[in-house]
Amino acid sequence: MTEFHMPSLGADMEAGTLVEWLVKPGDQVKRGDLIAVVETQKGAIEIETFQAGQIDKFLVDLHSKVPVGTPLALIRTEGEAKAATAAPLPPPVELPVAPAPSPPPTPPPIPAVKPLPPPIARGVAARAAASPAARRLAEEHGIDLLAITGSGPGGAIVFADVERHRGAAPPPTEKKRVAWLDLAAMRTAIAAAMARSKREIPHYYLGHQVDITPCERWLAQRNAALPPDSRLLIGALALKAVALAIRRFPAVNGFYRDNKFEPSTAVHIGVAIAIRGGGLAAPALHDADQMPLDQLMSGLRDLVQRTRAGRIRSSELSDPTITVSSLGERGVETLYGIIYPPQVAIVGFGKVVTRPWVVDGTIGPRSVVTMTLAGDHRVTDGHMGALFLAEIGKLLQEPEKL
Amino acid sequence: MSEINIRKVVEEELNNIAPEANIAAVDPAADLREAIDIDSMDFLNFVTALNHRIGIDIPEIDYPKLFTLSGMMAYLEAKLKAANS
Repeated sequence: MTEFHMPSLGADMEAGTLVEWLVKPGDQVKRGDLIAVVETQKGAIEIETFQAGQIDKFLVDLHSKVPVGTPLALIRTEGEAKAATAAPLPPPVELPVAPAPSPPPTPPPIPAVKPLPPPIARGVAARAAASPAARRLAEEHGIDLLAITGSGPGGAIVFADVERHRGAAPPPTEKKRVAWLDLAAMRTAIAAAMARSKREIPHYYLGHQVDITPCERWLAQRNAALPPDSRLLIGALALKAVALAIRRFPAVNGFYRDNKFEPSTAVHIGVAIAIRGGGLAAPALHDADQMPLDQLMSGLRDLVQRTRAGRIRSSELSDPTITVSSLGERGVETLYGIIYPPQVAIVGFGKVVTRPWVVDGTIGPRSVVTMTLAGDHRVTDGHMGALFLAEIGKLLQEPEKL
Repeated sequence: MSEINIRKVVEEELNNIAPEANIAAVDPAADLREAIDIDSMDFLNFVTALNHRIGIDIPEIDYPKLFTLSGMMAYLEAKLKAANS
C-alpha cells in the first residue's frame, strides 16, 4: 500500500486545500493519471499520481486544508489486488485506518457497480460525475460535462458519451472559468516569485531582431489547406525553435538550487499565459523539443485552455526548465523578462511588426520580431546567451525544418 | 440560419472567450481584439467554434475581415448565403 501525498508545488507552498477527487475508491490508476484537485495560491491544480495501482481509500475530507506531505489517499499497488468491492463512497474517513489484509494474488477484480458521488458543488462551479478519459476529452474540446447525460455506472459520463455529444451538439457555453481562479492569491504568488528573482538572480539582458517573414509565409501556405482545428500559430514555431536551440545550449535550461546549477536534459518550456482579469501563469509544455509541430500546437492549445480555466496539472507547475513569454499580435515590440526561480533564463518575443528590412541588397517590408533573453549570470554570461538567442533566430529562418 | 441566429452564435462564442464582456455594448466598428482583449489563440478557438457550430470554413487569409463585429456579420452572412444558393 502506498500513500498519495499533498504535493509541494513550489518552494513557497506550505499547504493546500483538497477540493475534489477525480477518482473513487476501487478505481485503477496508472502513473500520470489525475487523482485530485487541490487549491493553492496558484489556482486549482490537478494532481497526478506517480504510483500505479488501485485507489483504496481516501484519508482526508473534501475542503480540508492540509500541510504539504500529508497523506491524502491510499493506493493499493500491483500485486496487492483485493477482491472486488461494491464500495460505497466512504464517508469522511477517520484515522487511523485499519490496514486491509493482503490476500494472495487473485485475478483482476471485476468491478461491481459502484455508487457514484453526487456532483460536488464548489462555489459556482458544479461538476458532473465522469471518467477521467471523458473529462479529458471534454476539456480538450471545451465541452461542459454538465450538459451531457451519462450512460456509465450510476449515470457517470464515459468517454463514448462525450464523443457522442461532440458529434451531435454544438459546444455549450461554459462561463465559469474565472470562478476557478483566485486572482488576488495569484498576484501574491507572482509578487513573491518576482521579488525573490530580483533579489537573488543577477540578470543580464540581450535583444535581437529577427525577420520572421519565412515563418509567416510557410504558415500561410500550410494553414490555407487546413481546418481551424489543425492550424498552427506562430507561437508554436517560436516555442519549437527555443526548444531546439536549448539542445545546443543546455546551460540555459535547468534549475539553480543550493548554490549550484542543475542542468536538465528534458526541455519543459514554461509558457507564460495571461489570464483574463490580470493573472499570469507559466505552466510547462513537457518535452517541447521532442514534439512534432502539430503535437506541440495541440499541447499548447490544451495548456492555454486549461490554464485559463484554472485547470493546471501539478507536474506542469513544478517542473518548467525555462520560460518563454510572447506578447503575441498586440502590445509592444520588446519584452524584458524576469527569470522565474529556480529557472535560469527567460526568452521573450515581442509583437510582430512590419519594418523596412534589407534582404539581398534591397530594402523591402518584412515582418520583424524582437526577441530577448534574460539570463542568470551565476550560470551563463552574455557571450553564450547571445549565441543561444542568435540560434533561435537562425532556426526561425527555416520553419519547415522545425 | 438567420441573421439573428448568427449574431447569437457569435455573441455566445465571444462570451466563451471573454465571459465578462457585454458583446451587445461593443462598438460594431471597433477592433474586437482590442475591445474585448482577445489574443491569437482566443481568435483561433473562436474560428474553430464557428466552424463547428455553423459549418462555415473561415480561411486564415480572411481573418482580418472578422476583426470587427460589423465586418464579421457581413462576412458570415455572405458566406452562408453563398453556401445556401
